[in-house]
Amino acid sequence: MKIAVAIDGSENAMRAAEHAVLLARYLPDAVLDIIFVADLSKAMDERLLTQTPESMALKREQKVHPVLKMAEEADIYSELTTLKGNPSQEIIKHVNSSGTDLLIMGSRGLNAFQEMVLGSVSHKVLKHANCPVTVVK
Amino acid sequence: MHSLQQQWFGNVRADLLAGIVVGLALIPEALAFAFIVGVDPRVALYASFTIAVITSFVGGRPGLISAATGAMALVLVSLMADHGLEYVLAATVLTGIIQFILGGLGVANLMRFIPNSVMLGFVNALGIMIFMTQLPYLVGSGGMTYVFAIATLILVYAVPRFFTAIPAPLIAIVVMTAVALFSGIKLQTIGDLGTMPNTLPAFFLPDIPLNFETLKIILPYSLALSVVGLLESLLTSQVLDDMTDTPSNKNREARGQGIANFITGFFGGMAGCALIGQSMINMKSGGRGRLSTFTAGVFLMFLIIVLGDIVVKIPMPVLAGVMVMVSMTTFNWGSFKFLRSAPRSESLVMLITVGIILYTHNLAIGVVAGVIMSSLFFVAKISRVSVTNESGVYKVSGPLFFASTTKFLHSFDSVTEKTIVIDFENSQLWDESAVGAIFKLKQKLADKGIEVTIKGLNSSSELLYEKLL
Repeated sequence: MKIAVAIDGSENAMRAAEHAVLLARYLPDAVLDIIFVADLSKAMDERLLTQTPESMALKREQKVHPVLKMAEEADIYSELTTLKGNPSQEIIKHVNSSGTDLLIMGSRGLNAFQEMVLGSVSHKVLKHANCPVTVVK
Repeated sequence: MHSLQQQWFGNVRADLLAGIVVGLALIPEALAFAFIVGVDPRVALYASFTIAVITSFVGGRPGLISAATGAMALVLVSLMADHGLEYVLAATVLTGIIQFILGGLGVANLMRFIPNSVMLGFVNALGIMIFMTQLPYLVGSGGMTYVFAIATLILVYAVPRFFTAIPAPLIAIVVMTAVALFSGIKLQTIGDLGTMPNTLPAFFLPDIPLNFETLKIILPYSLALSVVGLLESLLTSQVLDDMTDTPSNKNREARGQGIANFITGFFGGMAGCALIGQSMINMKSGGRGRLSTFTAGVFLMFLIIVLGDIVVKIPMPVLAGVMVMVSMTTFNWGSFKFLRSAPRSESLVMLITVGIILYTHNLAIGVVAGVIMSSLFFVAKISRVSVTNESGVYKVSGPLFFASTTKFLHSFDSVTEKTIVIDFENSQLWDESAVGAIFKLKQKLADKGIEVTIKGLNSSSELLYEKLL
């Protein structure tokens, strides 16, 4: 069974990761696929808000690291998938092509206006992913 | 790094499509930048064409989009106002020469010395200044102006939610221009302010006296243009490197921009550099290779020659609406969080960089001042040295160099023991001043009859100490 969890370093994503680890623990032979998408539309902002390309790499690692550690501590076999592009598109593409059985992701908890402007990643993924999706609040 | 063939033809289909999208996205801004400088739209459109096409061949970062830009336009405003177009073109040629030489000298390696607080200040001031340049087209021209500008703004933000194949600014311009034409509402149009080109750019020499007086006029502008252009291009190259996970030759990019500006000046175009927004559009549309930049330039020129008669009908409030969006995107909204979370010195550097640019209207002065200030802050921060006394053992921590020796010496003003040990385990001697300070201290203490033992010097400090004393 392949469980994928999409993370972005936010608190909601951490809750989704915790849920994924919890599930994986009770499933024999579960593989946890940890998906991290570097959002290309934020590339310039990210660069401007960090000192150097090296510190930017470190910041990304810091977003992924806690989840990897959590999986390791729970003794779950995990893989890290790092993607670049539009988060919802990349998650959908990856999940639909990698034989994922279940995708778990956090919700950003936007209000109606923010959702109109920013767009909901989880909505889009729910609509286009070919596997069951769990959205963790 | 990929082979040249790969850089050109490794991604043909996506490059052609992305190039077309970028070509469309270049038009509104090129027009607006021309109005910022106060030149005919031709000057910016020709520049965008020649710079994009030339950098596609000689640039260092495949997929980077260079053309006429707001940053360069803002530098040129006062030159145009005081001396006219011929001097703008001459300054563009000289900028090319300076950038080419700087690229040859390895200017890109200096990028590391520009902290991100200065770059933040740069883009924020740029966003604010672009916004300010649009106000004359918006304020005080009647109610309809506001209606069209706001409708344009709503379109540019709402359209991408549903449809992303064609750049939203272009859709907004087409829709709003159509509305203006069919409703018969009278608004100021691009045609009222300038003429569109209907031929390809041609070679000519700027009509200026070739003497020292001319150089004195254009050199400060060319230097500022060189700094601003290289900063924006190298910053954008870095981001593209990160987006594509491929390295690029930044010094070649600098030289390439030099060549492009040099030639552009002779073809009646104003100086340009990399465009952050259009390069991002290129990446997001799948453009990766040199062909995307080339296509963007050629398609832009094609559209202008074919559609020039329609372009002149675009109402200015619509173009201004698009530029307000551009200024909002240029401004880094994460800066407010940065101000709260970054060290105080970095926040200060950012704010002062913005302040100086807005006060002097010169992006280059702000950047240079910001870099100097942040270097001074850095020296101040790193020159902290402290000495603690543990029953006769004086432990030094912090580096010892020209900026920290005074404090180091003062720490021994009130020694009471007869024999002391100075422990350098947590320190490092960097220069002559450091060794000199130790020598001076030993002498001073010897005069008071205090015996000094030095210990804990690391090997490089030891070496320096032995060498100099």
